Amino acid sequence: MRPEPHLIDYTIILLYFAFVLGIGFVLKKYMKTSTDFFLSGRSIPAWIAGLAFLSANLGAQEVIGMGASGAKYGIATSHFYWIGAVPAMLFVGVFMMPFYYGSRARSVPEYLKLRFDEKTRGFNAISFAVMTVFSSGVSMYAMGKLLQLLLGWNFTAAILISALIVLAYTFLGGLTSAIYNEVLQFFLIVMGFIPLVYLGLRDVGGWDGLKARIANDAMVHSWKYMGHSNANPMGVEWFGMLMGLAFVLSFGYWCTDFLVVQRAMAADSMTAARRTPVIAAFPKMVFPFLVILPGMIAGVATSPRVHGVVVENSEGASGAAHSAFFTGGKGIIPPKYDAAGQPVTADGKVVLDYDLATPMMLVRYFPSGLLGLGLCALIASFMSGMAGNTTAFNTVWTYDIYQSYINKTASDQHYLWMGRASTVFGLGISLMAAFVAKEFNNILDVLQLVFAFVNAPLFATFMLGMFWKRTTGHGAFWGLLGGTVAAATHYGLTLPAGAVAGVKGGYLGPILHVYPSEMAQNFWTAIFAWVGCFTLTIVISLLTAPRPEQELKGLVYSLTAKPEEGGLRWYQKPAMLALIVVVLLFGLNLVFW
Amino acid sequence: MGFDIRMPIGMLFTLFGILLIGYGAATNGSAMYAEHSLGVNMNLWWGVALLAFGVVMLALMRLRGKQAAAGAVDKPGGLERPAPRH
Repeated sequence: MRPEPHLIDYTIILLYFAFVLGIGFVLKKYMKTSTDFFLSGRSIPAWIAGLAFLSANLGAQEVIGMGASGAKYGIATSHFYWIGAVPAMLFVGVFMMPFYYGSRARSVPEYLKLRFDEKTRGFNAISFAVMTVFSSGVSMYAMGKLLQLLLGWNFTAAILISALIVLAYTFLGGLTSAIYNEVLQFFLIVMGFIPLVYLGLRDVGGWDGLKARIANDAMVHSWKYMGHSNANPMGVEWFGMLMGLAFVLSFGYWCTDFLVVQRAMAADSMTAARRTPVIAAFPKMVFPFLVILPGMIAGVATSPRVHGVVVENSEGASGAAHSAFFTGGKGIIPPKYDAAGQPVTADGKVVLDYDLATPMMLVRYFPSGLLGLGLCALIASFMSGMAGNTTAFNTVWTYDIYQSYINKTASDQHYLWMGRASTVFGLGISLMAAFVAKEFNNILDVLQLVFAFVNAPLFATFMLGMFWKRTTGHGAFWGLLGGTVAAATHYGLTLPAGAVAGVKGGYLGPILHVYPSEMAQNFWTAIFAWVGCFTLTIVISLLTAPRPEQELKGLVYSLTAKPEEGGLRWYQKPAMLALIVVVLLFGLNLVFW
Repeated sequence: MGFDIRMPIGMLFTLFGILLIGYGAATNGSAMYAEHSLGVNMNLWWGVALLAFGVVMLALMRLRGKQAAAGAVDKPGGLERPAPRH
């Protein structure tokens, strides 16, 4: 069952590329000032900003990773959506956007500068800029590897072409181009995955058939087995799940990451900015069905049969070798292979390459034609993630690093030029990172670990900054550093079960605790970071001089007028929309209890 | 912004729909449907869905264009809303 893309599939993919580039070219003439380029001139309607908000996050790691997680852990993966994203999205829209949008800050680090001080902004801007270019590189690497393995495409060519296309359209049309393309990519991903879920579910006999085939009750319930970490395949108990994922990690990402917040900042009014994440929450709620179900189905699906005979493939020797490559796994998920081409085993069992769960579903269920659409959806998800990183990077670089520390008094045209230039070198660094990752996989693991430490405490800083006027700049800065150190220390003193000291933790020597899974260790690292940052920020703030209240108007909850909602109909009010989402969310959690 | 995102989306999906319908019709009964899509000519059926989606997008765009021309909407972008504060 090797995929054999035909002319029709390539036509569909090329057509998509042409449109993506076309959008960039058309938008070029609207990019007159740096505000147009970095903030879309604050002119994006709420529904477009909302879909882009969702799509920028819907990168490859999401589509591939959530499918993999679905195959591994089952429907409990939906926690990453239902409690691990949606509540934070509602919170940032209803409660935090008034400060982000109302303060006229052009980026998240700039808000930190307005609210706290220069050093807090610098710390956040630099760590964020480095993080985005490298995550973009990780995403490129993942895509190149996947297309190579699945379709036999050339690794270098695959990432070069997609990087050049993203470069072209973000270079030409700036944030507007990225946002418009993200909306297009959103619809492509949805329209590409619906037939996959339909065919997959139909093949295994619907949800009931899927449950019967999986034959593991813990994989088809999201909460029932969360009482104790030993009872469910994730190895996490309800408290770690709620505190670690749903509170610290989720709010830390959705409420403070400029990659997503930038989309809302580009909205055309305060109400539109507040509605942006709330509108995004509606599709976010149903995405588990599009991205997790394919992974679950892949674990139990069978190779195609025609007249009772298993169809292997119709090709010659190379095809046969390829086909053997994909057999011997579970369902249609192939085993993982080492560099020598041998299946990787652990404890006598074959290790599965879960990242191929969703891609193999495309190959299994899509005939030529539809396959082109499916591949398009996959490539679109890679591109939207890459473009999201690129636009966030060029803004933070130009406004928060270049304009703040390198060249403070240049003309607006110069900053517009710098935005374009940084798009080029940002993507250049990402490309290099992708090639480095190909050679030295561990370097990126270490980098991602460091970023996780820096990110984990962020929400404590923002929460205190926005809702407690006594918080000071010194408190924020040292709290952030302290939280990062707390994360690194906790991680260094613990290990997940079965791991050896190193990148997986335990590097400080004594192992004080062994977690049942990596996920549990990550959640608890985040909890420690948050508590560390929260406490330290409060203590240092109380010991340092407060800022005069006059300076904090529009930046802190108690000193800011509530947003005007008088002229809005009920369905335009962010809080009302958020309430509808909350009700639906409870329903979903009950159904899949 | 004088450029409506619904135009490229509508056009692309319309083209995708036409392509898949054409390809589905030309390959009707092919063994690949039995092999992959459970014997259903998914190209044909999903092509119809894509075409419908594309046409709806284009129709929405035209509708808004007419409203704008009639002065019902003050700014491109869709739903009415309070003017942004500057």
